[in-house]
Amino acid sequence: MQLKIEENGAVRVIYVKEERLDAHNSDELKAELNRLFDSGMKDLLVDLKEVRFIDSSGLGVLVSGFKNASSRQGSFKLSGLQSQVKSMFELTRLHRVFDIFQTVDDALESY
Amino acid sequence: MKNAIDIEIVVPNQTRYLSMIGKIGENLVRELDRFKGDREALAHHLNVVLTEGVVNAIKHANEADPNKDIQIRISASDQEICIKVYDSGQGFDLTGVPDPNFETDRLGEKGRGIFIIRSLMDSVEYKKTNGGNVLEMKKKLS
Repeated sequence: MQLKIEENGAVRVIYVKEERLDAHNSDELKAELNRLFDSGMKDLLVDLKEVRFIDSSGLGVLVSGFKNASSRQGSFKLSGLQSQVKSMFELTRLHRVFDIFQTVDDALESY
Repeated sequence: MKNAIDIEIVVPNQTRYLSMIGKIGENLVRELDRFKGDREALAHHLNVVLTEGVVNAIKHANEADPNKDIQIRISASDQEICIKVYDSGQGFDLTGVPDPNFETDRLGEKGRGIFIIRSLMDSVEYKKTNGGNVLEMKKKLS
């Protein structure tokens, strides 16, 4: 899976550079999120601008990241949701759980 | 003029084929000339339910055995789209899969797949068939 990680102060921005976040590749994102948490990071922002499709496995990995950040008194935010991806958050009511921003810059301003 | 489409796909029991199978569903919608609804939404929904249905078969019915096969049959007419996902495993009890409770368990990491299929399709059944099981998902088009 193609991921790009950027440092921005205490925040780590994870760019998911894949068209799909699904049962085939979501475990790799989970492993990377866990690696960042284990290395002491607690404020993560995941940018999904390039993701056109997400399934229940992809959503589950993001929920796992959210819970992990919360348990460390950190934050787990999302940005760049395309319309079809957003519709899946709405269908599963997860848009009420996450802080969701249009762009990475918008999200970074919120810290 | 005849306008029915029937597609049969057989792939190994592996998640790497999800993208291809989803795209076949999306492309099928482009051929439904007489469908008057939101074509883009329907294409996305077919991609989603094919993905969720196949993942379900791979992980829960075929016990993630990469040497087994998954067979998928997509039939489309003017009235209806029917997707059947066949597995050759032990199967599972669809009626025993409750919809997630978004008030008490909004942070569950699993259990959304069947809920998503039920939400996007008009009917969902899981039945025993010769040598395995079939997940049958139908959507009315008119």
